[in-house]
Amino acid sequence: MVKLFIDDKAYEVDGSKNLLETSLSLGLNLPYFCWHPAMHSVGACRQCAIIKYKDTDDKKGKLVMACMEPVADNLRISIEAPEAHAFRAGNVEALMTNHPHDCPVCDEGGECHLQDMTVMTGHNQRRYCYTKRTHNNQYLGPFVNHEMNRCIQCYRCVRFYKDYAGGKDLDVFAAHDDVYFGRQEEGVLESEFSGNLVEVCPTGVFTDKTLKKHYTRKWDLTNAPSICHQCSLGCNIITSERYGTIRRVLSRYNGDVNGYFLCDRGRFGYEYVNSSKRILTSAKMLNGSFAAITSSDAVQEIKAIINTANSVVGIGSPKASLESNFLLRELVGSTNFYAGVPAHEGKLIRQVIEILDNGKVKTPSLSEAKTYDAVFILGEDVTNTAPMLALALRQAAKNEPNEVARALKIPDWNDAATREAVQGVTGPFFVATAHDTKLDDIATQVYHAHPDQIAGLGNAVAGNINKQLTFVAADTEVEKLSITISAALLAAKKPLIIAGTSLYNEAIVHAAANIAYALKDQGKDAGLIYILPEANSIGSVLLADQYLEEAFKQAVPKEAKSIIILENDLYQRMDKTGTDNFLQLFTNIISLDYLENETTRNSTLLLPAGTFAEADGTIISNEGRAQRFYQVHVPENDVRSSWKWLAELMAGYDSSPVHLDEVIARLITAFPALQAIQSAAPSSGFREDTQKIPRSPQRYSGRTAMYADKNVSEPRPPADPDSALSYTMEGYVGIPPPTLTPFYWSPGWNSVQAINKYQIEVGGELHGGNPGKRLFEPAENSKADYFKIIPAAFSPKAGEWLVLPLYHIFGSDELSAQSPAVAERIPQPYIALNDSDAIKAGIGEGAIVEVLLNGNKKWLPVKLNIGLPEGVAGLPKGLQDTAGIAFPFFTTLKIAGND
Amino acid sequence: MEKPLTQHIKNDGSWLTLKEYEKTGGYSALKKALQMKPAEITQIVTDSGLKGRGGAGFSTGKKWSTIDISENAAKLKYLVANADEMEPGSFKDRFLLEGNPHQLIEGIIIGAYAIQASFSYVFLRWAYHLAGKALTQSIQEAYDAGYLGKNILGSGFNLDMSLHISVGRYMCGEETAMLNALEGKRSNPRAKPPYPSNSGLFGKPTIVNNVETLSNVPHIINNGADWFLKLSKTGEGGTKLYGASGKVKKPGLWELPLGISLRELLENHAGGMLDGYQFKGVLPGGGSTDFLLEEHLDVAMDYASVAKAGSRLGTGTIIVLDDKTCPVGMVHNLERFFAQESCGWCTPCREGLPWTAKILNALETGTGKMEDLNILEFHTHYMAPGNTFCALAPGAMEPLQSALKYFKADFEMHIHEHKCPWK
Amino acid sequence: MTEKILTNEDITEIEKVYQHFPLRSAACIEGLKIIQKNHRWVSDDAVKELAELLEMSPAAIDSVATYYSLIFRRPVGRHVIMVCDSVSCWIMGYEEILSHLKDRLKIGYGETTPEDRFTLLSICCLGTCDHAPAIMINDDLHRDLTPDKLDAILETYK
Repeated sequence: MVKLFIDDKAYEVDGSKNLLETSLSLGLNLPYFCWHPAMHSVGACRQCAIIKYKDTDDKKGKLVMACMEPVADNLRISIEAPEAHAFRAGNVEALMTNHPHDCPVCDEGGECHLQDMTVMTGHNQRRYCYTKRTHNNQYLGPFVNHEMNRCIQCYRCVRFYKDYAGGKDLDVFAAHDDVYFGRQEEGVLESEFSGNLVEVCPTGVFTDKTLKKHYTRKWDLTNAPSICHQCSLGCNIITSERYGTIRRVLSRYNGDVNGYFLCDRGRFGYEYVNSSKRILTSAKMLNGSFAAITSSDAVQEIKAIINTANSVVGIGSPKASLESNFLLRELVGSTNFYAGVPAHEGKLIRQVIEILDNGKVKTPSLSEAKTYDAVFILGEDVTNTAPMLALALRQAAKNEPNEVARALKIPDWNDAATREAVQGVTGPFFVATAHDTKLDDIATQVYHAHPDQIAGLGNAVAGNINKQLTFVAADTEVEKLSITISAALLAAKKPLIIAGTSLYNEAIVHAAANIAYALKDQGKDAGLIYILPEANSIGSVLLADQYLEEAFKQAVPKEAKSIIILENDLYQRMDKTGTDNFLQLFTNIISLDYLENETTRNSTLLLPAGTFAEADGTIISNEGRAQRFYQVHVPENDVRSSWKWLAELMAGYDSSPVHLDEVIARLITAFPALQAIQSAAPSSGFREDTQKIPRSPQRYSGRTAMYADKNVSEPRPPADPDSALSYTMEGYVGIPPPTLTPFYWSPGWNSVQAINKYQIEVGGELHGGNPGKRLFEPAENSKADYFKIIPAAFSPKAGEWLVLPLYHIFGSDELSAQSPAVAERIPQPYIALNDSDAIKAGIGEGAIVEVLLNGNKKWLPVKLNIGLPEGVAGLPKGLQDTAGIAFPFFTTLKIAGND
Repeated sequence: MEKPLTQHIKNDGSWLTLKEYEKTGGYSALKKALQMKPAEITQIVTDSGLKGRGGAGFSTGKKWSTIDISENAAKLKYLVANADEMEPGSFKDRFLLEGNPHQLIEGIIIGAYAIQASFSYVFLRWAYHLAGKALTQSIQEAYDAGYLGKNILGSGFNLDMSLHISVGRYMCGEETAMLNALEGKRSNPRAKPPYPSNSGLFGKPTIVNNVETLSNVPHIINNGADWFLKLSKTGEGGTKLYGASGKVKKPGLWELPLGISLRELLENHAGGMLDGYQFKGVLPGGGSTDFLLEEHLDVAMDYASVAKAGSRLGTGTIIVLDDKTCPVGMVHNLERFFAQESCGWCTPCREGLPWTAKILNALETGTGKMEDLNILEFHTHYMAPGNTFCALAPGAMEPLQSALKYFKADFEMHIHEHKCPWK
Repeated sequence: MTEKILTNEDITEIEKVYQHFPLRSAACIEGLKIIQKNHRWVSDDAVKELAELLEMSPAAIDSVATYYSLIFRRPVGRHVIMVCDSVSCWIMGYEEILSHLKDRLKIGYGETTPEDRFTLLSICCLGTCDHAPAIMINDDLHRDLTPDKLDAILETYK
């Protein structure tokens, strides 16, 4: 800590930071544009000018840019000096010379960093009276809108897109006052993180195109702190609503999880909530079609079914919250409750839980993954299975090369100088997957092979790290590679192993643990992260220890005539014939779901379940972090949290409604190991200064008039007995606890830059702690043993191909795939083959082949050149045609038309 | 009068070949230098007083001494010769490049040896085609003669040299921007620290020197620091290539002792004003220097004296403003140039320079207002040194701020008369 | 399959250049120069092909190409006239030279004469200020210009 004097006031501050982040962390309002807490300083915009004094005698001082000046002991600076004020105001005036001043029609208005900084500098008289430079806009795809005239040339977009996220198709063109930020030619932005441009851009150049379709001003939105349900990482989001539709999803800062960013699936995949295919009312199947019934009728009828049944089968879901899964289990009894996944998936998830809970090695948080300096990925196309982890790993790949910059005494926050000294070097970074992945471009070495061979490489690496293990490499190529990888991992300060369940391969899960344990046993500070299939995979498997196959088996013979299916389309999980047969055994098929699907079409009763936007609950991420999500509005129709339906079904004649806190209390009584989820967020009784936390900002407008067409009297805002949040704009006007933060605002800071005020130190932990409670830590004296069973080497079957799932960020997730903007990005169905296999079989790129899928013939075009090994083919996961098929499986192929 | 830099340059427009250069004593300095210790060379150059002739005027020897040449130093280091002469009004480096390329090459090799660099570039502007041909041939000759390559003259010192021809942009003349251009990037400048001597070309220690600066080095090595100091009139060391353009009788280029007076340059060498024209003012060192007036004609044209008079020696090539040329138009032309050459990285330069150009255009075309003078004045403070990311914008403000000071009446005439009185 | 812009000779020339750079991307300016030398200008397709050759993205190549004033991203005529419009040439009367050229060729800045003979561009200080006004046509410097000298000069460029 050192002493810093700002405007003659003394502060104790961290000596390694620059003056801008230091001032912001102290709560001082110093304007800036090009600096970003995640991307650090380049000194381009000149907005953060302050006066720096040589010593106490120096009264004049020198104008410097705070973001480029290091803190020094006893340094004296001034933010308020008139010269600094005048410069900063003049700088905004310069930016305003070309700015179109189209706030009234600009989507950014109301949460615009440029607006905020302009007001902050006090500049308000425009003296410029000449023409403004204008640009043509580009079509950039369904996610991001482009309006270049508003650009203030802060260069943040290209720095984020290229330097931070590794994107290649957005850049800066031309020079002087004509610089242009866009693609080389119009087209869809390729980066999976392009959506962050809408938050990183301080003006309205890059805005959310999905929001634009149903635009609402920030101050008119009702918001809720929520968790993304589109993969297992559990990124924190803010959902926003008006007039009963979800308008947009914004990143919610969590210094331990997603930081400032989101992936495009998480940001733009929400629109299925507004889909016309939503199940909005309770319904009963009558004469071949569904008829709407009232919710009370539905509840009564189902209660009657339950009370007369001997037993009712309950199928849970890894998409549903812990609370919903738990109450279904309570309702049907643990012996009748099944985790809603097939056994091979469920058992694998259970193995991962076991490793996280009782293993030797720490599973770092998503954000902490950025601090590791050597990475080995086994069997995961991270960019598509856990996109935000890929973003974190891109930062991790910079750590070891950055030592070159540190040796030259370049501070970590000096972004441009660091990158210049490093010259684009990345690594050590090793990728062992079944095909080409986007992270290959930063890899030191890449290995493409069958999943079992990937596991074999992993075990060989473990064997090279811990010589007591008797793993042997399959051949000399693998041996050489394993020596390289093990040496790199051992030389690192913090080596990180990444694996997951995507290829449904137990050997990979084991091999990853073996490597991590071996590193730990050698005294290394190793980390181990597993990528799981869905948002609450861990939660659903913790609450049930039997899976769908067992449900299918045990349902025969006739015991249970009734089944309740929770947020789960069984046809996505198990084969069609088996599922058809299973469902035919039931007289009453009760589905709680949000969107029409094959299972709901075969149901007899439907209850409209709330999506993440219309439900409260808790889910557990792949890290084992339990996080609470809150509903953003009370829908006008019957949609509500599934656990609310289940609670009603369980309720006695005169019981009072059950609230979230009670469900959680019951849950942790039944599952003491989940104790921590109760403190994942404050209870509904929490108040700030006797007040609830409002979901809407103070300036929320139109409440009086909104429903005037139905009733002139303004309706009472709905109560929220399940949380400390309210559905109004009245309430606590301050910074709420992080788990209850529905929007970012601070006086003078209307944009997402207001996040600075919510953090203890800018770019770091939130006041009140980063949300979420970790459930698993490595055991101190773990007795966990190595996994010693080695799989047999894969041998291709003549005339047959082993089909592996290929994951797509857009398309492989069931729900987001039904959002229109995401649907536009889903690739056309295809089958990928190994190049030499294809040549041998006389199949060229694009040729149509006939594939046997579960006994059915499907015709698909061939895709080559993706690095698959011999004997292996790939089908996109999420394809309707592969719904319910257990990967991997063998199949035959033939050129269409050849018989 | 000794003219070490130009005495051997031929009149017929052809350059000295290696043989011709060696006949004048060329490469004897290199042979001598290779017998000395690198640090000794740097000391001699420092003692000679040689200052950067590209315009900055920083001590060349001091610059070289910022490179770590100890045992632990980085092995790969670069020396770059800045042959990107694009300062408006400057044409001195062209003469040296087209006339005596080996003189530069010898200077580069000695400089590279002093800082223990192993690779050197000559960064040449596109427009100097003849110089490009001259350098291409001469670099090859040097390799063939063993002055470049491995184990130069048996000394154990290795140096490769490569000619890089630019593709435009005045910004490339800024040393850190030049490094970015050599790296195949947009020639935006870099913030300092870190200095190029720590993290320069491709992140390695690098020194960038001007052509005229390097061309002096062989002579300093051959004749010593004292000799060089005595060459100048005012004790700063060496000769200087001085030039003059504008409505003078004999626009041209002359090698003269550093520190001759502005009057001597203008009247004795440039022949004074053309008949019918009166002297009104001068930019002493190229487009980005402050005006000097008649009252300054006796100022010595060296770095310290010109600075004391409120301007900069810069490149030493003067641009003369006559009484029949509009000062507003002249400054307008300059600001248009600087606005267009801005790289677009930092706000004041990118947004401020076009604004000043537009105001000057309004003034020139008779639609200017008194308030415009305040705005112009504001810009000269807004783009003061240190406020911008590099020195382009502050340089652009030098002619403007001095014009506002010295030719205020002329500006006001445009406003009151609603036209340019010179048209 | 569309015809490639870069010939084998182009590719060989470019590959030779990046031997001495530590990174392929450092050769991007050289690559652009070679393409322009051999094809007169750099087309969108040329940008894409160069990107592939240097293992860079087209955006990264074009970011550099559009920055530099002497890389032409639109077709130019057989002879490119560059008129210096900096301060010394301005003092010595470049505006006369320019208007004479515009008159003779019937084109303005950025335009090309019929049959692709001349393209007219401005250029900043050519570094021959003691012989102002000056222009360049292709690689040739023409200085000490007066309007009457221009016609004869233009004639030599077919």
